[in-house]
Amino acid sequence: MCLGIPGRVIDIYERDGLLMGRVDFGGVIKEACLAYVPEIKIGEHVLIHVGFAISQIDEIEAQKTLDMLGEMEMLADELPNRQGAP
Amino acid sequence: MKFLDERRDGALARRLLDAIARTVTRRWRLMEICGGQTHSILKSGLDQLLPAQIELIHGPGCPVCVTALELVDKAVGLAARPDVIFTSYGDMLRVPGSRGDLFSVKASGGDVRIVYSPLDALKIARANPDKSVVFFGIGFETTAPANAMAVLQAKDQGVANFAMLVSHVTVPPAIAALLGAPEVRVDGLLAAGHVCAVMGYWEYALLAENYHIPVVVTGFEPVDIARGVLMCVRQLEEGRAEVENAYEQVVTRAGNRPAQAVINRVFEPCDRAWRGIGVIPHSGYRLREAFAAWDAERRFPETQAVTTQESGLCMSGLVLQGVKKPMECPAFGKECSPQSPLGATMVSSEGACAAYWHYGRQAASAPEREATR
Amino acid sequence: MSNLALNGWACPAPLQNYPTIVMGHGSGGKMMADLIAHLFAPQFHNEVLSRLGDSAIIDLPAETGSLKLAFTTDSFVISPLFFPGGDIGELAVNGTVNDLAMSGARSICLSAGFILEEGLPMETLGLIAQSMAAACRAAGVTLAAGDTKVVDHGHGDGLYINTAGLGIVPDGIAIAPQNARPGDSVIVSGTLGDHGIAILSVREGLAFESEIASDTAPLNGLVSAMLAAAPGIHCLRDATRGGLAAVLNELAAASGVGIDFNEEKVPVRPATQAACEMLGLDPFYVANEGKLVAIAPEIATETVLDAMRRHPYGRDAALIGHVVAEHPALVVNHTRIGGTRIVDLPLGELLPRIC
Repeated sequence: MCLGIPGRVIDIYERDGLLMGRVDFGGVIKEACLAYVPEIKIGEHVLIHVGFAISQIDEIEAQKTLDMLGEMEMLADELPNRQGAP
Repeated sequence: MKFLDERRDGALARRLLDAIARTVTRRWRLMEICGGQTHSILKSGLDQLLPAQIELIHGPGCPVCVTALELVDKAVGLAARPDVIFTSYGDMLRVPGSRGDLFSVKASGGDVRIVYSPLDALKIARANPDKSVVFFGIGFETTAPANAMAVLQAKDQGVANFAMLVSHVTVPPAIAALLGAPEVRVDGLLAAGHVCAVMGYWEYALLAENYHIPVVVTGFEPVDIARGVLMCVRQLEEGRAEVENAYEQVVTRAGNRPAQAVINRVFEPCDRAWRGIGVIPHSGYRLREAFAAWDAERRFPETQAVTTQESGLCMSGLVLQGVKKPMECPAFGKECSPQSPLGATMVSSEGACAAYWHYGRQAASAPEREATR
Repeated sequence: MSNLALNGWACPAPLQNYPTIVMGHGSGGKMMADLIAHLFAPQFHNEVLSRLGDSAIIDLPAETGSLKLAFTTDSFVISPLFFPGGDIGELAVNGTVNDLAMSGARSICLSAGFILEEGLPMETLGLIAQSMAAACRAAGVTLAAGDTKVVDHGHGDGLYINTAGLGIVPDGIAIAPQNARPGDSVIVSGTLGDHGIAILSVREGLAFESEIASDTAPLNGLVSAMLAAAPGIHCLRDATRGGLAAVLNELAAASGVGIDFNEEKVPVRPATQAACEMLGLDPFYVANEGKLVAIAPEIATETVLDAMRRHPYGRDAALIGHVVAEHPALVVNHTRIGGTRIVDLPLGELLPRIC
């Protein structure tokens, strides 16, 4: 389940009592409900599912993960080749 | 796309696969709960690249697949009414009911419309005051906040001609039921990342402890999944059974509080029938009494009289529990194919049967690949 | 009525759902292929039709100098009539010209039959006619015959257009879906998925903002340039409904070969990719209206690519894969993480998903 796509908030407004916004998915902009990320600011990133932001994307955590995976990459290079690897 | 492309990086994924191969020393069976993860695994070919000792079992994480036949029949019945505009997410259109699917209702002249968001269904209701607009509210907890908000808005804004046919299912009770079933043998769990974005992962601590099973909250791209598998396998090799988060960019332990608040306001837990599996207690949501006026089953009492008839040949329940593989079904590829599906697992883009439809045929034409596994 | 070979259908499963036509039968995928194979083809069986090319190649009698005529027909039922990057009129002209071009034919003329819904605004029709005229000029083709009918209000989405096209296949050109051979290169002329996404971007219930526009274009000029550089091209097909996946599957099946391609090599605009992600669609299945797939002998690859990239409609041409002897009739995608996955004929209508 759960096609959730990251996008950048470019506009925030209210409609019919709901916090709404426009989200840029990288060249495609669609309106989404921001009621579940009430603290969100323009320029920040959210995860959108069926037209709703269900989570803010923690950019620091995202970078930490990539850094950690990158380091693992370096470590892997130091080890000798072994069987079983694709 | 930022936050997506990096998780698809081929080199990074292959490094993780290397690390998994170095770590694993014996056979492990891992279950990924979420259909989106199944889809991603099979689409990227990740399952072919994992070491042979790791077996991935695809759990019942496809809300399309597990929506009770009875509810599909109710949907089909409502959609056929001339005074109803039936709205749904695209996924449900081709799911077979006892007597046809929503697509064939549309073909016969029913007003069936695909929507992207439940708020779009509400918009249609406002624009068509002389009709009833029914929305097929399927999904796991990921989709519940959106569906709940549509009902809440309908109430707050006085949109009386909007109703929801609710078919929500929740993950933790289903996992507990599966882990408790003797035929199901699973060593580790990859928890559904987007469900956890909403609900958090604190609920899994008890599961991990009671069943002594590692649980890793995992994302959806090949790098995310490979990382989830690595962390799970490490736990297994080290004899640990903890809950870990491999999707920190989106998931926190507590989850999304405002979303949970609205879910709790609009829905309450109920027993739910999972197609092919049976009733799992407390594994669904239904609308609270305060929202009874927007409950399609109560608005249209004729839905109570629906009689269902499941295909005798379909064993999607056993597939959903990971007990049988799609290729072990006698109807697989013969009476049942994506073009003429007997059950939902052959319809859904991430249903295990539909997914194996592709892999199985490929394996048949590449025997040398099989021999090396 | 009933010498219909209905038991040739896919299967007698209790849930074979379609005693009537549904939208999926027109989507360019497996359902349509079955409809053609089991309902139409048995009625009209003849050698020309059975090759199922984009246009029919007819050998005219010797008295005429042994001309090879290319003849095609197409219908345009798109809604909305106007969409980012084009309209139904332009689509009709380009689509027909392209069908002829895919046989290597030089387009000579078209006919257009209009089915108009009562109530269609005159201005709308005027704009579409203008657009068609401009498209004919751009493609260098004449609209030689036409017809107009009006149907009751409520039966016709405003306007349907049926076209037929005539062209001449120059000597020495033998392009057919059956001609692909192991070792051949598989080339696409540019970015995929733009047309289908442009249509979705204005579809009610799914609409979104983007700069994606339909890629509708006449490809006859591009094809001439390609054939001038490499007359030995084996196959050409424009990737319309059903997208790249449909074309590759059709060619693989017709030639009895396998096709291997590399997903990283397939050009897709970032915005188109983003829209596909958002809707849960695979760009390989999304429709195009100005892109072709060429299968050429390996030795001609660089020449063909070069000729394509010099042409305005081939700037982003790319080599995406090869024809292989293995897995005949199957199309295999080599994924960016090193796995493989079969890319099937799309089933029917492309549906957005949440899962």
